[in-house]
Amino acid sequence: MEAPIRAREALGFILFSLLFSICRSSSLNHLLISNAERRIDLSSHIVKVFLTLKVENAGSTPTSEVLLSFPPTQADHLATVEALVTKGKRKKTTLVRLDVKPTELPDAPNDAKYFTIYLANPLKSGESTTIEVLYLLTHSQEPFPAEIAQSESQLVYYRDSALILSPYHIKQQTTFIKTPSTKVESFTRVEPSNRAGTEIKYGPYEDHPPYSFSPILIHFENNSPFAVVEELVREVEISHWGNLQVTEQYTLVHAGARHKGVFSRVDYQSRPTLNGASSLRYLLARLPPRVHSVYYRDEIGNISSSHLRTDSRKSELEIEPRYPLFGGWKATFVIGYGLPLQDFLFETSDDRRYLNFTFGCPLLETVVDKLTVKVVLPEGSKDPSAVVPFPVEQHLETKYSYLDVVGRTVVVMEKKNLVPAHNSHFQVYYTFKPIFMLAEPLMLSSAFFLFFVACVAYLHIDLSIRK
Amino acid sequence: MATMPASASDLLKSFKLKTKQQELLIRVSILCLVYILAFITRLFSVLRYESMIHEFDPYFNYRTTLYLTENGFYDFWNWFDYESWYPLGRIVGGTLYPGLMVTAVLIYRILRFLRFAVHIREVCVLTAPFFASNTTLVAYFFGKEIWDSGAGLVAAILIAVCPGYISRSVAGSYDNEGVAIFALLFTFYVFVKAVNTGSLAWSLASAFGYFYMVSAWGGYVFIINLIPLYVLVLLITGRYSMRLYVAYNCMYILGMLLAMQIRFVGFQHVQSGEHMAAMGVFFLMQVFYFLDWVKHMLSDTKLFQAFLRITVTSAVAVGGVALGLGMVSGYISPWTGRFYSLLDPTYAKDHIPIIASVSEHQPTAWSSFMFDFHILLFLFPAGLYFCFKRLSDATIFIVMYGLTSMYFAGVMVRLILVATPAVCLISAIAVSATVKNLTVLLRSKNKVVQTGSTKGSGGSKSSSKALLDQSQPFQKNGAIALLFGAFYLLSRYATHCTWVTSEAYSSPSIVLAARGAHGNRVIFDDYREAYFWLRQNTPQDAKVMSWWDYGYQITAMGNRTVIVDNNTWNNTHIATVGRAMSSYEDEAIEIIRSLDVDYVLVVFGGVTGYSSDDINKFLWMVRIGGGVFPVIKEPDYLVNGEYRVDKGAAPKMLNCLMYKLCYYRFGEMMTEYGKPPGYDRARGVEIGNKDVKLEHLEEAFTTSNWIVRIYRVKPPNNRW
Repeated sequence: MEAPIRAREALGFILFSLLFSICRSSSLNHLLISNAERRIDLSSHIVKVFLTLKVENAGSTPTSEVLLSFPPTQADHLATVEALVTKGKRKKTTLVRLDVKPTELPDAPNDAKYFTIYLANPLKSGESTTIEVLYLLTHSQEPFPAEIAQSESQLVYYRDSALILSPYHIKQQTTFIKTPSTKVESFTRVEPSNRAGTEIKYGPYEDHPPYSFSPILIHFENNSPFAVVEELVREVEISHWGNLQVTEQYTLVHAGARHKGVFSRVDYQSRPTLNGASSLRYLLARLPPRVHSVYYRDEIGNISSSHLRTDSRKSELEIEPRYPLFGGWKATFVIGYGLPLQDFLFETSDDRRYLNFTFGCPLLETVVDKLTVKVVLPEGSKDPSAVVPFPVEQHLETKYSYLDVVGRTVVVMEKKNLVPAHNSHFQVYYTFKPIFMLAEPLMLSSAFFLFFVACVAYLHIDLSIRK
Repeated sequence: MATMPASASDLLKSFKLKTKQQELLIRVSILCLVYILAFITRLFSVLRYESMIHEFDPYFNYRTTLYLTENGFYDFWNWFDYESWYPLGRIVGGTLYPGLMVTAVLIYRILRFLRFAVHIREVCVLTAPFFASNTTLVAYFFGKEIWDSGAGLVAAILIAVCPGYISRSVAGSYDNEGVAIFALLFTFYVFVKAVNTGSLAWSLASAFGYFYMVSAWGGYVFIINLIPLYVLVLLITGRYSMRLYVAYNCMYILGMLLAMQIRFVGFQHVQSGEHMAAMGVFFLMQVFYFLDWVKHMLSDTKLFQAFLRITVTSAVAVGGVALGLGMVSGYISPWTGRFYSLLDPTYAKDHIPIIASVSEHQPTAWSSFMFDFHILLFLFPAGLYFCFKRLSDATIFIVMYGLTSMYFAGVMVRLILVATPAVCLISAIAVSATVKNLTVLLRSKNKVVQTGSTKGSGGSKSSSKALLDQSQPFQKNGAIALLFGAFYLLSRYATHCTWVTSEAYSSPSIVLAARGAHGNRVIFDDYREAYFWLRQNTPQDAKVMSWWDYGYQITAMGNRTVIVDNNTWNNTHIATVGRAMSSYEDEAIEIIRSLDVDYVLVVFGGVTGYSSDDINKFLWMVRIGGGVFPVIKEPDYLVNGEYRVDKGAAPKMLNCLMYKLCYYRFGEMMTEYGKPPGYDRARGVEIGNKDVKLEHLEEAFTTSNWIVRIYRVKPPNNRW
């Protein structure tokens, strides 16, 4: 109970200090937001927020940077921020992705964290544009009560602000919050606010100065299993003989309300809807098409409860852990599969090769706290370099596998706090001479040759000392 | 023109092998094929299930091997295991036979050095098949030593697929026996070789073979008793020779000294009753040698007779007094229960229930002889006949090995394994000798006919043979028929072996497979489900109480501390667990709390019809518990001497902890269509107590098919 109290205090503190800081005028304030709409989707444990901002340049100089701000508690759980802008007129609209980068501001009130959106064309004085922002929050729903019995359903808290935290003046704003079911225990009222079905509406609120904040707390039922992969190590091994071997080691945990007391199999089997509603029964992994030799096992052997469905566009692997995961229960397992190399390995014009592969976790609706991607290049490859669409930590390692003499270069990439939205492609470039492919077969055949020569020699040489 | 074909035929001739070379080539290729066959026939379990460790004891071996790979040899040697026998612990390094683990780790290191990136589990799984392959080679050389190379080849083939051996050496059966049978046969072979040659080198090799055997398996006691017995028989039958003297003394002294290096064996070679026979024969041998020398020196036979009498009497007296003194002073320990139970099959049943409770310690049913040996059972006496016909030091050995091991195989099911190599070798002699005789008959007759036609008048020998042929007109046809009969029998043997291997001996017993309603394969993976749940979702230091059968598996797969395990070294501790299981809940909770137990695990087959569950093992818990704690009385659990769980069961049975834990909330469960709820499919009855209430324990986990049920011990209620 200590943590939520502290969080609440912190929020209150933020609120007060924000009110004080309003007076401080900033150089940023020549932009203003004429209309803002925010839709928060709480239906799974990953919080999806769609923000539509109509930004207007009220200043005199053109600007191409728009700031987004987040309270520090949210910024820690922020997995990804994307900004899009609509281009074209009427029917021919296309969405154009904009650059978003985290920014530090020297006079940030109360450790608010900023992201800068770089507009493609500078916004001239008096002009306005509409920006769509999508950001995902992980670990932002706190189970309350923190421990539940098997037959109880899982209730969670979600904390946010009724007003959008922004360094700009917002003329009009509305927030819609979508809950997974109609069961909402309570929600903070900030008039005008009302609830209809699975939607809670805050606003519209008119004319709020920069850094306005009004904390809200929603207590609702969320029975979706909180599948969190605490650690995932993906190893992609390239063999130029035509195979790409992927091995993924998972440490999975159900991060929802902790299971308390008895686990009764008879109840769980006979009344599955009422019992263990929030338990994690199975997971779905989306694998690339043409996957082969799939296995699913853990430290003590194969896990027989899995199904693979393949078609020409994708493969779906449905895996069940050995036992249903209740809140706080853990499971570790390994998924491995082979892929045809020609689907993923390409050559550049300057005779380099590159691997084009997805970065994130193939499991749907899961959060990965820490992901390590290891790309094992074939023995003898040189100058590896990785291109990843988002910042990651990188280093090199050496791995010894079958019949290796000098070892294989491994490109290691690490990233924290991932969501399925991170499943974008990355590239690893390297140079490789095909002659190295022959090294291992030659080694093997020469070993056999030597063995036979030794046999022949032994049969023809008399080693006895007695004569 | 004329030279060309000549040179071509020369060239062809130079490529053509001589008969001797052909024979060698055929022999080597047969041996290679047998080597491969012995390996791949043991891979059924991997194909049917997966590459995994089987059964109970192999899990302990696997766990220790893992420890050895991770921590190195010295840590392994000094390992005190806190995770078993809580709160006593177990000095693992000093109470196991390290041969198997060291072998596996050695293979693993070599493969790693050669840059084969294998996992230690794969090495462990394939250790037994690998050694089985090696055993076929040893069998070949052994057969060659005692009979001829034909018998050797047949022996290699027979042992490669013999179910009696396969039962303990399929892939995944990572147990001591896997390497020990190889070591046993190797030691015997090398010893026989040493006796035949009188070479120090071979007897040194047999000492090392013995050392390896001692390091691998407790069955080495068989070697250290059989070899002295063999020597004794040779002495009595007047086959004493310098060769025997050299072979036995070198093997015994060096083997003993080497065996003392194994901590678990220690000084037993000089201190334990089981090893005294070897020592006695050693001294006898010296007396014999001394007498031989005296005989050589003394020319007077009468004087020698008197001397002989005095020496033998005094030697026996001194030996007897020394043995008696050793026994009385406690320096020489008496025979262990296991050893007694071998000599007297009823001993364990009366005195040591814990030995009698193990299914593999039961006396063998005749059907399992048939199952494990098939035609070898008929060939064995025939082979004995051939051995007696051509008596030599080597054949005497194999006869003695065969007869003694057959006796032990009759006493205990698991000792069929020890008898298998002997049975295979002796049967191989029978097959080889019969087939050889028959083919010789076929071929010589042709030759006689041929020589008769070309030479016209043969020697007296051929004419006498021709006469013999005339006296038995159907000899050739009879020989052909008998040959076909032999091949038919052998092919039946091969089919039987393959069938037994694939159907009976390849199940890992951790994963259960059954046929579903539509003929599809249904897998019950409940054991691993439960063990993995324990591993992941209980505190690191949780103590799990279960019947001892599951101890090794819980520590290896569940990675949790257990109270008792399959190393049944402390009968009292096991009896305490048995007592807790067979007491009422409020009495049991006292024991459970005193043992600091957090979880209680039971195995229950009532839903799936799995019959080797804890309810069916329960009477042994009562017997073992009652053996130490007389409070527990077996008749309390029986009704008119009958064991039942339905309404007519004894009241103590219906309310003891084991019953409650197995049947908790089972009364609500529909197991079979058309049967009342709470119908136990393993025993085919409706249970007697459907309203099971637990006060001090609560259900923590039950696997999807209810096979394993885990209960959490509730903390004591607050006092106020």
